[in-house]
Amino acid sequence: MPEVWVALYIFMLSAFTGFEIISRVPVILHTPLMSGTNFIHGIVLVGAMYVLLTASTPLELAVGTFGVFLGALNVVGGYVVTDRMLAMFEEKKKRRKE
Amino acid sequence: MFWNLLAMEVANQNPVLLHGTTAAYFISILLFILGIKMMSSPATARKGIHWAGLGMLLAIITAFVHIYFLGQSDPQLFLKLGLMVLMILIGTAIGWYSSLKVPMTDMPQMVALFNGMGGGAAAVIGYLDLLHGHGPVSLKVLAAAAVIIGATSFSGSIGAFLKLQRWISSRPITYPGQQFVNALLFLGSLVLGYLSITNPTVLNVNLFILLPLLLGILMTLPIGGADMPVVISLFNALTGLAVAFDGFALQNYTLIISGTIVGASGTLLTILMARAMNRSLFNILFGAFGKVQKGGEEEEKVMKEMSIDDAASILAFADKVIIVPGFGMAAAQAQHKVKELMEELEKRGVEVKFAIHPVAGRMPGHMNVLLAEADIPYDRLYDLEDINPEFETADVALIIGANDVVNPSAEWDPNSPIYGMPILQAYKAKNVFVIKRGRGRGFAGIDNPLFYLDKTYMLFGDAQKVVSDLVQALKKL
Repeated sequence: MPEVWVALYIFMLSAFTGFEIISRVPVILHTPLMSGTNFIHGIVLVGAMYVLLTASTPLELAVGTFGVFLGALNVVGGYVVTDRMLAMFEEKKKRRKE
Repeated sequence: MFWNLLAMEVANQNPVLLHGTTAAYFISILLFILGIKMMSSPATARKGIHWAGLGMLLAIITAFVHIYFLGQSDPQLFLKLGLMVLMILIGTAIGWYSSLKVPMTDMPQMVALFNGMGGGAAAVIGYLDLLHGHGPVSLKVLAAAAVIIGATSFSGSIGAFLKLQRWISSRPITYPGQQFVNALLFLGSLVLGYLSITNPTVLNVNLFILLPLLLGILMTLPIGGADMPVVISLFNALTGLAVAFDGFALQNYTLIISGTIVGASGTLLTILMARAMNRSLFNILFGAFGKVQKGGEEEEKVMKEMSIDDAASILAFADKVIIVPGFGMAAAQAQHKVKELMEELEKRGVEVKFAIHPVAGRMPGHMNVLLAEADIPYDRLYDLEDINPEFETADVALIIGANDVVNPSAEWDPNSPIYGMPILQAYKAKNVFVIKRGRGRGFAGIDNPLFYLDKTYMLFGDAQKVVSDLVQALKKL
């Protein structure tokens, strides 16, 4: 199978996976889940790292570096924000058990 | 694909490296999917973000190792690795500090902000791919699409952040020919995108990225604050899609899969949110919702005030009180005081229920998160469909900083911009108490006839102070 088609197959299956895994999410988790998926697309950081490796002019080097910076903000900010929101659910659960 | 990246792969025919990195990314993706799945259930949600975080850590370490071996022939390898480490450290410091420091109420705009950063990174990747110039046209088209979507998401998310932070007016900003200008910008992006693919000069590509940057911010201007959650969710989905397109351009399956999953789940979430407001996405994006209506008769209407003591005694002798929290409660951090109020009322045998509108606050679930923080039991929280039939039997509907979600214009006035939106029918309660910061209109800028009803009494002031005064007054009774 040509590589372009492999990529398209993966694209289609991932799209269905994305729809399927959140289809039964309760309203209380909408905000944290949005934040959580916001963290997941922080994987763009990895893409930016590869792109920085291919930089050959000073302009490309500068822009690529900026891209890595933006990606890192997405990853770390997205993680901490999501974790802070979800922590409140967990504390609550623990307290209830006591 | 980046042609020189392919050349590096070919030059590095190391099967251990190839299979090792591929396997590591495989595990990362698995952890992402598991993580999102766990995040969709309250019991496992916290573990979900931790597993996803582990996946991300693995992916980043793998990328470092892979890049180190791929770039062996690159004289600038260590400069580039150094820059990566430096940028990740600075990004971590800023991201960590700012998201730990902000109050819980400002979380929505932080999501918008960090989403924008991801969109910017996605645009940067497409931009550099176009600058490189080599490669099949089909992949260049996807890179150009990543630039348009990523840059729009970047500036649009920043616009949403500025509006929610109220650094610029949260009211819709409109001017004649607005949609025409936006359409023109979009068409211009397509034309310059075509030029950047066929003739990738620095000038062309730079001009190309400017247009969607402008488009994103102009798109956000006419959108009122009340609609912002839906728009943030849309930009989140768009960033995911841009990341997936970057993945095609880089032929990186990790990016394709993660980006597509976020794009798909984000789209579904956006649709769910828009549906909760009974509005189409098209209407939200192009309808200039919440625009202050001009003209019309400005009849003399009076809001009646009530003293704290009077309000407390009516509450104390009620059988059933339904509390409707809104953004005002979040902004004043009043949720802990609200818990005290609930306890004080329950001590007196009053039945207390909370009515949660799906879009109360700035994000779906916003109120649930805050009330959970204050330790108010889940089983006191009721959704729109469950609580609406109960208002008729409630002695008091106590509205704490909510406005648009209880605005009966949505049912009464076909000319209202929110006509048809499902609301909490607080107006059916025997008495309506409204805790409100001032006499102004709500976030969406629409007047609320509920406040002028005969049975409605206003308690003006900061939500935390008013609720705390109510608690004190109740204790003295």
